[in-house]
Amino acid sequence: MGAQKKGAPARVSEDAEELARHPLQAILLADSFTTKFRPITLERPKVLLPLANIPMIDYTLAWLESAGVEEVFVFCCAHSKQVINYLENSEWSSHPNFSVSTIESHNSAGAGDALRLIYERHVIHGDFVLISGDTVSNMSLTQALQEHKERRKKDSNAVMTMVVKKSKHSPITQQSRLGTDELFMAINPDTKELLRYEDKAEYSKGFISLDKTLIADNPSIVLHNDKQDCYIDICSEEVLSIFTDNFDYQHLRRHFVKGLLLDDIMGYKIFTHEIHSSYAARIDNFRSYDTVSKDIIQRWTYPFVPDVLCGNSAIKVERQGTYRASEVTLSRSAQICPFTVIGQGTKIGNDTKISHSVIGEGCSIGSNVTIEGSYVWNNVTVEDGCQLRHAIVCDGVIMKSGAVLEPGVVLSFKVVVGKQFVVPAYSMVSLLQQPTQQDSDEELEYADSSSGTVELPYVNKAITGAVDKVNGDATSDLSESRYGPTSELGTGGVGYIWSIFEGGNDEEWRHSVAPIPSDKLAKIMLEKHEDEELLTQDGNVVSPSGDLKSDSDGNASDNNDDEGSYVSFEKEVEATFLRAVLENHEVNNAILEVNGLRLSYNLASVDCAGAIFYSMMKWAVESSHNAKASELHKNAAAVITKWKKLLKYYLHGIDEEIEVILKFEEICLESCKEFSPLFPQVDDEI
Amino acid sequence: MQDIQALVNELVYKLRKRKIEGSDTSARLTVELLRSVISQQKMSENQAASLIEAVREVGVKLIAANPVELAVGNIVRRVLHIIREENLSLMAKSVQGMGIDDQHDNGVKDDDDVAKTLTRSPSLHSLLECLPDSANTFSNSKGKADKNASLKLKKNVLEAVNYLIEDIKICHEQIAEQALELIHQNEVVLTFGRSRTVKNFLLAATKKNRSFQVFVAEGAPKYQGHVLAKELAAKQIQTTLIADSAVFAIISRVNMVIVGVHAVMANGGVIGHVGLNMVALAAKRHAVPFVVLCPLYPNNPEVLLNEMRSPSELLDFGEFSDCMDHGIGSGAPLLHVANPAFDYVPPELVSLFITDMVGHNPSFIYQLISEHYSADDFNLQQHTVS
Repeated sequence: MGAQKKGAPARVSEDAEELARHPLQAILLADSFTTKFRPITLERPKVLLPLANIPMIDYTLAWLESAGVEEVFVFCCAHSKQVINYLENSEWSSHPNFSVSTIESHNSAGAGDALRLIYERHVIHGDFVLISGDTVSNMSLTQALQEHKERRKKDSNAVMTMVVKKSKHSPITQQSRLGTDELFMAINPDTKELLRYEDKAEYSKGFISLDKTLIADNPSIVLHNDKQDCYIDICSEEVLSIFTDNFDYQHLRRHFVKGLLLDDIMGYKIFTHEIHSSYAARIDNFRSYDTVSKDIIQRWTYPFVPDVLCGNSAIKVERQGTYRASEVTLSRSAQICPFTVIGQGTKIGNDTKISHSVIGEGCSIGSNVTIEGSYVWNNVTVEDGCQLRHAIVCDGVIMKSGAVLEPGVVLSFKVVVGKQFVVPAYSMVSLLQQPTQQDSDEELEYADSSSGTVELPYVNKAITGAVDKVNGDATSDLSESRYGPTSELGTGGVGYIWSIFEGGNDEEWRHSVAPIPSDKLAKIMLEKHEDEELLTQDGNVVSPSGDLKSDSDGNASDNNDDEGSYVSFEKEVEATFLRAVLENHEVNNAILEVNGLRLSYNLASVDCAGAIFYSMMKWAVESSHNAKASELHKNAAAVITKWKKLLKYYLHGIDEEIEVILKFEEICLESCKEFSPLFPQVDDEI
Repeated sequence: MQDIQALVNELVYKLRKRKIEGSDTSARLTVELLRSVISQQKMSENQAASLIEAVREVGVKLIAANPVELAVGNIVRRVLHIIREENLSLMAKSVQGMGIDDQHDNGVKDDDDVAKTLTRSPSLHSLLECLPDSANTFSNSKGKADKNASLKLKKNVLEAVNYLIEDIKICHEQIAEQALELIHQNEVVLTFGRSRTVKNFLLAATKKNRSFQVFVAEGAPKYQGHVLAKELAAKQIQTTLIADSAVFAIISRVNMVIVGVHAVMANGGVIGHVGLNMVALAAKRHAVPFVVLCPLYPNNPEVLLNEMRSPSELLDFGEFSDCMDHGIGSGAPLLHVANPAFDYVPPELVSLFITDMVGHNPSFIYQLISEHYSADDFNLQQHTVS
């Protein structure tokens, strides 16, 4: 609103009125459409996960409210009922001058679908803030909004302003702070226009290619790798219609931003706004959950800190940043180290040591427990002598005495860990079984998550019911609980340990809450170092075309580029030919296919003839291995007669025929000595 | 009643989200809100008690919203005190009027009680001693709680609250009026950070062509001193800006330190912008008078609270993000940044308080407090619990 007010007096014309008419709106996506927080998100939506004992969405909403947004549309997909219930019962529903309304969907598979749905509802009028429900910030929108509006006046194609934040450039900081990959942005320093956006998932080995026209069109470009994307966007109405026009856009960054930047549709432009002193970060994975929690505790997000945000249960900040709610029962010998949050009604026993952790409400923690860098949510029971290191423990978990959680463990809701059981590092434990479908393909992942969410409430209920039964059984009958899920977590334990997914053994440390082991750190540093060396070695790595040489064939490794492409062409032809033989294609079809290949590789028909002949011979040899020369000849002759037409098609003149003969000679010399007696015979055939 | 609730909620919200900062604005908004609460209050049998209850209810909410903003609580207490006093004077009148005719059972006793309360001057003793809830006493004694009296009470209370609002508005000027008596020709004054009261005070001293010099300590990390220096220079005052750390070096040239504060404690101690204690100690070391300007409302009988603000006021997050790394080593960053907002200056370092009426010695502050607040209201929370 501040921006609007400032803008208004300068322009008396109708657009000032227009600005005044529309309150600032925001779209809050209460679903990240990813599976990074599984298994926890199977049971509770990500936006309701507590961050220093306050649900994430509260931070986002509080920020939106303070930034002057007056109307928020919360888009819920996964667990939409839970989100809607929460919002209805929270203070947000009765807030003056700030309306929160929910939009529910069951079949949206990504941000794109969400925005398309919102577009159909016709609720957005004018500029809006697009944010996901897991973003924590305290920046002021006034300046960014103003810049956005001014640009819009000059150029109606400036559809979006993206908020970025500077982070110290160090090869490991991005990774170790937020667990995100390195990000490259090309920004025009004068206009702040974003010209290129590359996250590491998209480009391989640290190369980035810029279009020549980009450099030609812009007098100056600055390439940044020290920027952090805050995932706060100020968008114009057009953004929604762009999404609707491009129905395949799904991911905000990967599809939308890159689509606009690369495809140059309609000349839409994206700009950036850099924030300096204020805080903004998105919780994308367990590591950023850890980092943002600690930032909140250290008050970087002020005024959005627990003691200010929380409503009724007063939390007091004590010396050295210990947050303690009222009615905490603390043993005198318990040791609470700095930067710890302890929720209401929690009991802590003798000689327990808690450091850098968040303990939820209503927990009971026994004696001689060590909790370090962990996140213990509400109503958790930790019996005597347990050890928790850098773990996330969800609501209702019971840890029997002496249980140990190694770094990076995630215990989902109501899991029971047996006595003296050691949960191995980085394991995910849930009452729900791991979904069998594990596809790293992006599209499938979306589909997977959305279909999973639709059926989840039922599955959830059924399984928890079953588990409750198991739980009851476990206490009464130990032997029965021996088999079933319990055995995985020691005696009396309930839950499944999920097998490590996707990235495999190598990747799990990247996104977990545990600090990165020093050897991994060293490895990252080393990799970076090697990359840099590589860069200095062959100074001209950034080729203008940007495509990497495919040196898949060993033979071609010492040849030049042309030869390389010929080799791959030959392979393709061979594959086509084999297909034609095996599936009994028409000769004409085979010709068509080979022609297609020829055009795509930009070669002459001479090469085709050679390649076809080569593959024919190879087929002949392979179909009769270990056979005698005569049989081989017979075979070859049969093949040749059968596919004569194909070969003939390319034998227009003497040149081609010579090529074929040369090729034959080559084959004879190279691979099979058996061919040598055949040479004249084959020659005759042709 | 509905819209009052909305108003209350709005102010609570603003306070909680730290949208209102500075004792000045919060005091004004609070007293205005309380005025509307009182005026909306319906007539009832026991007007005084119900008024007190209503105000206290709102007050507790407001205080809970931002416990660090002491001015809010103090204003609530002031208003409560006003209600009690008005009630008391009305009672006294009616008791005198009724005189011996009163056949009430405990009429005599009540009479005594009231007279005692009236005649007893506020003292340290009465401050510490928990008085019986005077409202209750009166409610018993009030045999004929006629409509007329309660109407009159409400009118009187509103009038008094209006006075209070007026007082708050003009207190800066009243303080500034004393400037000429304190700042003399060619003196050197040191101030710290930026306070509107101090600015007005200094500007008032330039009247009659009195020329003096001002040193402004910048007041890190908010650097409000920079703003003040600019403003003073614009008004033709010779100003020198110094770093906070240079205060001790410069103090020997200074004739007087004048500062504004966040709140004054009952013992005469002061809560002010962080760094104030250092200035006070330097002043003490060189025997320079340390003068505190405080409008009436910051006088506070409450406990010490501090507010930790964002470390980003101290340093840029981006630059230090590698030091704040949680992913390395033991998972705990090696660099912490603490940014407390307030400092406490003990009473023995303060030479003089200047309120809107007159200057006071720190040891006299308790007297002021007992004049302005009633002992029943010191702990608002407890009353609602019991």
